[in-house]
Parts: sequence; structure tokens; C-alpha cells
Amino acid sequence: MDWAFLFATAKTLLAGVPLTLELAVTSLCVGFVLAVGVAALAGSRFAPARWVAALYVMLFQGTPLLVQIFIVYYGFGQIGFLRASFLWPVLQQAYWCAVLALSLNTSAYGAEIIRGAIAAVPAREIEAGRAIGMSGLLLRRRIIWPQALQYGLANYGNEAILLLKATSLASVITLMDVTGLAYRMVSKTYRSEEIFMVAGLIYLGLTFVIAAGVHLLERRLTPCRRV
Amino acid sequence: MEPIQSATGILPPSPVIRTVGLTKRYGALDVLRGVDLQAREGEVISILGASGSGKSTFLRCLNLLEVPSGGTLNVLGEDVRFRMKGGVQQIADARQVNRLRSQIGMVFQNFCLWSHRTVLQNIMEGPVHVQGRNRHEVRAEAEKALERVGLLERADYYPSQLSGGQQQRAAIARAIVMRPRVLLFDEPTSALDPELVGEVLKVMQDLAAEGRTMLIVTHEMAFARDVSSRVVFLEKGTVRVQGIPQDLFRGGMDERFDRFVSHFSRQG
Repeated sequence: MDWAFLFATAKTLLAGVPLTLELAVTSLCVGFVLAVGVAALAGSRFAPARWVAALYVMLFQGTPLLVQIFIVYYGFGQIGFLRASFLWPVLQQAYWCAVLALSLNTSAYGAEIIRGAIAAVPAREIEAGRAIGMSGLLLRRRIIWPQALQYGLANYGNEAILLLKATSLASVITLMDVTGLAYRMVSKTYRSEEIFMVAGLIYLGLTFVIAAGVHLLERRLTPCRRV
Repeated sequence: MEPIQSATGILPPSPVIRTVGLTKRYGALDVLRGVDLQAREGEVISILGASGSGKSTFLRCLNLLEVPSGGTLNVLGEDVRFRMKGGVQQIADARQVNRLRSQIGMVFQNFCLWSHRTVLQNIMEGPVHVQGRNRHEVRAEAEKALERVGLLERADYYPSQLSGGQQQRAAIARAIVMRPRVLLFDEPTSALDPELVGEVLKVMQDLAAEGRTMLIVTHEMAFARDVSSRVVFLEKGTVRVQGIPQDLFRGGMDERFDRFVSHFSRQG
């Protein structure tokens, strides 16, 4: 085994970690905000709002992320009013196209996680809140959301891991993240097994860190399950 | 907590809860067919009845966890306001209902403690966040209540770490720290293992002895007979018979009630 080469590869590819993390963290945050909005629509008493949410989720869950990235990156440039709008300087950049596609994609999954977590809060504990005179925002803030957070946290942690790995697709629209750098190295050296193995290990390391972080957070937030 | 004095001191205390012709219908099913009941200050009323008689539904109507389909409901001297929507009666004034609920303590069959909060946090939740009372004062009162139900050393436990009897005693403490004008108990011992029933009944007996106004849906015949000041027997959604327990349990007042009681004593 060529340790020197593996070491050099690792050094090169690690330079892509900040971009990979930046893509993941930005998309996770933007996606979460969108997910909350979509989940709110999904839980609305107004039927058309629920339809919009269902359509949104179906659209983004039902199409490949790579296709979504291509549509944003190649497709949006074809739309005249987008080119003319103030958004164009942003949408022109591959980075923001990737963030947009990743955010939209993860928000659909996130919305489903949030919806499921809210639905998992025991009805009788909500009723106990109503029985002492809680309703509206107070009931949500004190009873529903804190519990939903506990139920949803592990699933959202999973989604964060999936998202981190999905950022590798951004390399196809010229971004030099870990995968992008690996691809470029392969095309120069033709040593694909070693390079992609190192890339895989880097993702494995990052995933491990996220999983451990989520696990810690879960322990902190759910003392009641630690019996 | 001192009992509320009536204005003149001569008149009998005004009803804390009064229902006239209260009905509840689920689709084609008439669960309550006109229940008339008055609960006065300091009364301890046991509501008995076979399953399906509507006793739990009736109790849940009193704090509007179920919205009655018809009749009038007066709580703490206020008529609860309803409106019709699509042929179904609904709550008209959510703020009125919230205000009334914060003065009605409710103890559920399944305890319904908030699983994400400790016992102490469960008890402080309502007084601090609904009633806006001072956190330090509430804490002191909560600890007193916990001591009273024998759970002070469990204050920082989560509900899942407690036995059913302990959870129910914590739930009772949660209800009384709200300083309610009336306490509703919805089959408070039905979900408990037999050996844990006594500890909960003991706490309830203490509360009754304090002169609290209580309405209790129960299957505990001995409790109904020995602790309550009045027994109300529901059948098919109406009050079949009611009276002081000594009279009713002596037998001969109502044949259906006697049969109900003998059925239960055979079982128990």
C-alpha cells in the first residue's frame, strides 16, 4: 500500500471539508426553516394549505436530488424573468444553486419528520394542558413542541447525516467539495480506488461526528427517557 | 385554602357547578340525555354508573374537554357561552373556557402527567405559566403539596420513573396547586394495580375532609359510601337516582341502583 500517496490524498481532500460542511450546515438551517413552514401548512385546518404541503413533499421526495440540482443549476438560467431579477447574481453561482436544491430537498423530508414528531405527542398530555387552561401558542410552547423535539431529534439527526452525504452531488455542478476534489484528483492520477476510499473515510468521519453530536444532544434533551 | 364565603353568610352557598338538561350526542349516539346536577361549595359528589352510562362524558363536559350538544352549563356562577356552527354546538368564548378551566382541577384516569417534565415541573407548570404566579411562591406551595401526598423525595423524578399510584398522587398535587374551586376526578383509581388504589384514595379522602368541592367518577363503592356527601347514579345518560350515601346504600330507594351495587360488591 502506498502510504505516502494516501497521506497526500487525505491532505488534498481534507481541504474540501470546509465546503462540504458549509453546504451541509447552510442547507440544514435553510431547510429547517422551510420544513417548519411546510409542516405548519400540513397541519393547517385550511384544506388547500394541506394540499400545497402534500404536493411540495411529493415533488421533492419523488424526484432525484441530482435532477433537482440540474434543474436549479441549468434550468433556472433559461427562465427569462429569473435572469432579469435581482436573484440572478445569487442563482448564477453554483454554490447557491447547490444550497437551494439541497435546502428544498431536505425541507421536504424535514417537514415529514416534524409532522410525525408533532403527531407523536400523546393526545392525553395535550388534553392535560388544555384542562389547566392552556391553548394556542402557550400549549404549543410548553407542551407540544418540547415533546415533539424529543421525538423528532433522532430522525432529524438522521436527515442531517443523509444531507451531509448528499452534498457530494454538488460536485457535479463544479463545486470543489471533498468529492469534487477527489474527482479532480482521479482525473489527474487515475488512482480512483485509493482516492475514493479516502474520500469515503472522510465522509465516514464526518458522519460519525454528527451522529455522536446528535446522540449527546438527545441525552441532554431527553433526561426523562434515561431510566 | 379557605372556603369561599357566600355574600350574606345566611344563604346556602351558590352552586359551583350547575347543569340543566345537559346533553351530548356523538352522531346518532346519545351519550347524555339531559343531566341536571348541582354541586355546591364543599360537596363531595360521587358519580356512579355502569360503563356507557355517560358518567365520564358528563365529567368531561364540566371543564369543556367535551363540548355539550345542548342544555346549560354554569360553572362558578358563569353560564358557559356556546354557539352553533353547522348544526353542532361549539365553544363561543375560548378565553372564558380557559379562565374557567384554570379554576377547575382535573385528575385523569391515566394520570396524564407531562412526560418531559419532572414531578415538580409538572406541578409548577400551570400556576407559573397559566396563572402567572410568582415562581418562588409556587415552588414552596408545590413542595408542600408534594409533602402532603408523600412524594417530596420524588420531586425531581420523571413520571416514567414512578409507580402508577405515585403518578396519580403527583397528578393530584398538580391539580391542587392550581388552587381550584372544584376538583374533578375521572376514575382516578381505575388504571392502578389493586395494591396502589389505597394510597390514592387516602389522599382524596384528606382533600374531602378539608371541605373541598369534588366530583368523582368512580367504581370504588366503599369510597362513594364512606367519603362522599352525595351519590349520583347515572343510567343511560340521565340521573337515575341521587341522594346521601347512607340512604342510597341502605337499599330500597332504587332497584337499579341496588342491583348495580350488589353487582360490584360481588366482584370486589
